[in-house]
Amino acid sequence: MVSVRGLHKWFGPLHVLKDIDLTVAAGEVVVVVGPSGSGKSTLCRCLNRLETAGQGSIEIDGEPLPAEGRALARLRADVGMVFQSFNLFGHKTVLDNVTLGPTRVRRIARPEARQQAMALLERVGIADKANHHPAQLSGGQQQRAAIARALAMQPKVLLFDEPTSALDPEMVNEVLDVMVSLAKEGMTMIVVTHEMGFARRAADRVVFMDDGRIVESGAPDEFFAAPRTERARDFLSKILQH
Amino acid sequence: MEALTAHLSQLGHGLVTTVELTVVTTVGAMLLGIVVATLRIAPVPLLRAIGTAYVEVFQNLPLLALLVLFVFALPTIGITFPLFTSAAIVIAVYEGAYLAEAIRAGINTVGVGQAEAARAIGLTFGQSLRHVILPQGLRAVIQPIGNICIALLMNTSLAAAVGVVELTQAANNVNLVEAQPIAVFTGAGLAYMLLALIIGQVTGLLERRLAIVR
Repeated sequence: MVSVRGLHKWFGPLHVLKDIDLTVAAGEVVVVVGPSGSGKSTLCRCLNRLETAGQGSIEIDGEPLPAEGRALARLRADVGMVFQSFNLFGHKTVLDNVTLGPTRVRRIARPEARQQAMALLERVGIADKANHHPAQLSGGQQQRAAIARALAMQPKVLLFDEPTSALDPEMVNEVLDVMVSLAKEGMTMIVVTHEMGFARRAADRVVFMDDGRIVESGAPDEFFAAPRTERARDFLSKILQH
Repeated sequence: MEALTAHLSQLGHGLVTTVELTVVTTVGAMLLGIVVATLRIAPVPLLRAIGTAYVEVFQNLPLLALLVLFVFALPTIGITFPLFTSAAIVIAVYEGAYLAEAIRAGINTVGVGQAEAARAIGLTFGQSLRHVILPQGLRAVIQPIGNICIALLMNTSLAAAVGVVELTQAANNVNLVEAQPIAVFTGAGLAYMLLALIIGQVTGLLERRLAIVR
């Protein structure tokens, strides 16, 4: 579904992604972990070209990522993204946030789009907030609305860029529960996160990044029980000691 | 007072022309302002350069000079418009430059995450602008846009210099007959004030009605 070959990315003189190879099969859930500044978010953002790759190739569902224009917009419609800071459209109600893409990009008639949107809001547990504005919702509710907005496009793959990092601790689980249920239903997901619990519960594979490289990749059980590299052992010892 | 009441229809025609000129020009300047502000944030360098050039040219020339140039110079190369149309075009083009800068400031208040989220659901650049960026950016600068509209109203009086009989010119004509400048121009001034107050009220109303829940 997603195929990355020899991806490099520079921010000026900063070499943030170094020769990344990553293949994600349809229905697979890949969790990307690593210390901050290791390039995980940048990798995630390269996959729908919010960041342009410096070198290398990215294919989504067998098609190379278009450079720009309408072809790129079409591709992005098929690649959902959930942001750390939700990025819901502040001037629109939750319902209108969810229907904007389907009506404007997919050209679905408004009544049908609303119906689908309500079903999605029901599914993420905030149907009663449909006519509220984003600022009237808690962080956890906003992030679930953002997931509904991404799902409304019926994407082939969903990218999560630290979806729970901006949330109060008591709201993290309501978002993770939605993500776990999506994973169980066979959605292809690439999740950048610090939630090791989610990785254990839902990931098919954990990818560990450090200093712009993929250092280690494996099943969550193996990765957490017996990391093969010193860097991964060091990272895990720092975050799992509590 | 009699100097005014004796020429009510003449002054009334002038007032109507001023209102027409203001409305037509405001609409034109808003459209131009949105287009030019969009050019200034476009991803294509050439478009950005065109937007910048537009603003720099029309913000940095006096409106009166532009009006005179347009009305008296263009006919020498065979281009003529009716006087009202000429004045409307020039004022719209001129105020459009100021509105573009206000609108661009509004666009800059919209977080970069909004544009990213819009692109991430597959909206094109134009769609993101129309459905996500501009609705929020314009709301942020309703007040400065209102101020520019009031300045525009005042600037319509310069159309008198190229022969449009709007309120100032009508007052001038009446004064030539009555020779009572204090009464005549105070009356005209009060009419301008009233129009400006209306624009201010509409601005305030829009600002309250369209406020984004935060």
